[in-house]
Amino acid sequence: MATEAALKTDIDLAPAEALIAAYMDNREATIALLQDVQKHYGYLPRPVLELISERLNLPHTQLFALATFYRAFSLKPRGRHLINVCTGTTCHVRGAPMLLEAIERECKCKAGGTTADGRFTIETVNCVGACALAPVIVIDEEAHGRLTQAKLKKVLDQYK
Amino acid sequence: MKLKGLADLDEVKREGLRLLYPDRVKIIVGTATCGMAAGAGKVVETFRRVIDELKLEAIVEETGCIGMCQKEPIVTVYRPGQTKLVYHSMTPKKAEELARQLAEGNPGTQNALGQIFREKALLSGEERVLGKNGGSAPLSEAPDLDEIPFYRKQLKIALRNCGYIDPNDIRHSIARGGYYTLYKVLTEWKPDAVVEEITKSGLRGRGGGGFPTGRKWRSCRDAKGQHHYIICNADEGDPGAFMDRSLLEGDPHSMLEGMIIGAFGIGGDEGYIYVRNEYPQAIRKLTRALEQCHEYGLLGDNIFGTEFSFDITINRGGGAFVCGESTALMASLEGQVGEPRAKYIHTVEHGLRDQPSCLNNVETWANVPAVMGKGADWFTSIGTGGSKGTKVFSLVGTIRTTGLIEVPMGISIREVLEDIGGGVREGHRFKAVQTGGPSGGTILVDERGATVRTEPATGAYTVGIMPESLLDLPIDFDSLTEAGSMMGSGGLIVMDETSCMVDVARYFLRFLAEESCGKCLPCREGLRQMVNILDRICEGKGEHGDIELLEELGNVVMDTSLCALGGTAANPPLSTIRYFRDEYEAHIYDKNCPAGVCKALIAYGVNAEACTGCGLCLKACPTDAVFTRKPKAGESTPKLREGRDLHDISQDKCIKCGACFEACTFDAVVKE
Repeated sequence: MATEAALKTDIDLAPAEALIAAYMDNREATIALLQDVQKHYGYLPRPVLELISERLNLPHTQLFALATFYRAFSLKPRGRHLINVCTGTTCHVRGAPMLLEAIERECKCKAGGTTADGRFTIETVNCVGACALAPVIVIDEEAHGRLTQAKLKKVLDQYK
Repeated sequence: MKLKGLADLDEVKREGLRLLYPDRVKIIVGTATCGMAAGAGKVVETFRRVIDELKLEAIVEETGCIGMCQKEPIVTVYRPGQTKLVYHSMTPKKAEELARQLAEGNPGTQNALGQIFREKALLSGEERVLGKNGGSAPLSEAPDLDEIPFYRKQLKIALRNCGYIDPNDIRHSIARGGYYTLYKVLTEWKPDAVVEEITKSGLRGRGGGGFPTGRKWRSCRDAKGQHHYIICNADEGDPGAFMDRSLLEGDPHSMLEGMIIGAFGIGGDEGYIYVRNEYPQAIRKLTRALEQCHEYGLLGDNIFGTEFSFDITINRGGGAFVCGESTALMASLEGQVGEPRAKYIHTVEHGLRDQPSCLNNVETWANVPAVMGKGADWFTSIGTGGSKGTKVFSLVGTIRTTGLIEVPMGISIREVLEDIGGGVREGHRFKAVQTGGPSGGTILVDERGATVRTEPATGAYTVGIMPESLLDLPIDFDSLTEAGSMMGSGGLIVMDETSCMVDVARYFLRFLAEESCGKCLPCREGLRQMVNILDRICEGKGEHGDIELLEELGNVVMDTSLCALGGTAANPPLSTIRYFRDEYEAHIYDKNCPAGVCKALIAYGVNAEACTGCGLCLKACPTDAVFTRKPKAGESTPKLREGRDLHDISQDKCIKCGACFEACTFDAVVKE
């Protein structure tokens, strides 16, 4: 059982309280709540999950199951910018694997990880639906189509 | 303003028409995800700025995609009393130039894709002639847009408004006949008759399975329950398919109108849209569309002042492919982990919260207002015996013109690829087309919507990846199924000789193994083992017997998995083995990747005869593997420019990233 004292960390729980309050009487909306939390904190901080568990009277296991089942959630903090490399079929046949490797080289960080300076987190996504412009990467919510290794550095440089 | 009757609707329509065809110049930029990825955002900015500078009386508006995603950003210019001009591949610089030309009253046509002479709104049936001379005589050298090869064979029902309206403004949609069908249905029809009409139309589910929509609606209407839920499956998870995204971003109201009509027919009281989190723009536009529906009284209590009440909520998916499966989707809507369950309990009777639930995908719902508005007889006049109407496809891969198309059922795959898509890229050979998403193969549904896998009528395996010999198949549910293929949700991914079929099979299996929910063992473990085998083959460590092992494992996984994900998962390896066995054998026995994709089996080198010494490869190489050297005695270097040295690649340093290959513009860097 998480107690109030155990929840004291350097994470500001006030926004989480507000988010939880919006879903108090709707237990079906747990995924939506987690999405909101993820959006606010950039990931799902453990203390917040504990808080949700306590407030909504949900077992930890259930929240953990959701957090690990859906790709949208991360249990680790993310960088300032999220690079999503589309690895859909079209992007794949148009060179996404090599592009991903080039990004990993450029950022010195593997997919799924965050750069040492916290600037980027690199992830892959199965399709962003901009297949006609493959290969595509999405940084934060901005899509960059017809990307090549040569153009890559210029694109990344836009994000500090 | 809450719409109460026809007079209100007519008034909004008049307003909408004034917005669609104003008395001044209107510049319309396609800003769907594809447009934005190609830089439409900057184009819009430029137009706004330059128009301001020039004090040009013009409106800048945003719209969805008219299908030619490859040529984005696409800009349409409306001038009162004249043809619409459609420009492609816009850049801020071209935009500025165009704005200046417009200020002078004389837009150039050198970048024009074509011009639009007439615009017909499918639902209202009204046609607007835009050009002078009755819209027939060309005003300039730009061709009639409807007559260019990409559009000539298309017929737009589901996509009827995409690229023609501002999806953020409901008045645009109403101007083209939106919500009139809903009004007619609510005031003149009995719910039973609505279901009957949909049944008569022969409309089948556009999500891939092709289950008759009318029959599904009937089962749901007849099922007993406290609530009847109407659900839209907008969890378009198939990589390479973006029909639903384009529809939601280009015309969310058509889909919403379909859902409301469906709810009336089925007796639904609550609606849900389960939309992918990866489609932020679609979510924003849907949210806006719902707000407007509430504002106009098209959702909520007493729609159009009738007894009928219905509301819709948006749910964002969490990014799990399996949630496109109906039972998994409903579990996810309930806030649970999206694991499918066995389907002998039908979701039309026991679906969301154990209540009768009717789930259709975006395209199916978007077809509904057209069917009800123009009648089942009209709908059945399009298509083939068992497949009525049209199908939207995303035509992508290594093809000349990629984009989103809608064609009447019965058209052959070859016509789509060659006439509409323009064939494979110049200098390349067609190899295969992949349909039906990662698990491309036959999914049939039984009477009540449960998925069952059936053996194809001919051949030993289902086809997910089709070789050239099958291209003359007509596209409709039955003939594709009979041939052992499937319609699928609508991704047509074209591959040429630069795609390795073993790598493609591995790609799909990796994807499915990753996306398997893990509930049942054959899918969870079987797919993993198959990926291991394919990994080995791609790494040049394949052994004799691997192909047979893949076939055996594949059949077991397909036969014993719980849901359609595992039930069709082995289609990619099985169909590639069937049609491209020689490629597997080349990998295993010759340790060679004929397509030059599998890293472990290729090496990059420089063809001295083609090298000009330009140095692009040297600049691109991240590991200093490219070096310069003097030509050896007797080496033929006809292209080498004077004063330059040849380039070559040190195999010790090369990491096979392909940067040099990509950078070389003279085809001098080769894969061996």
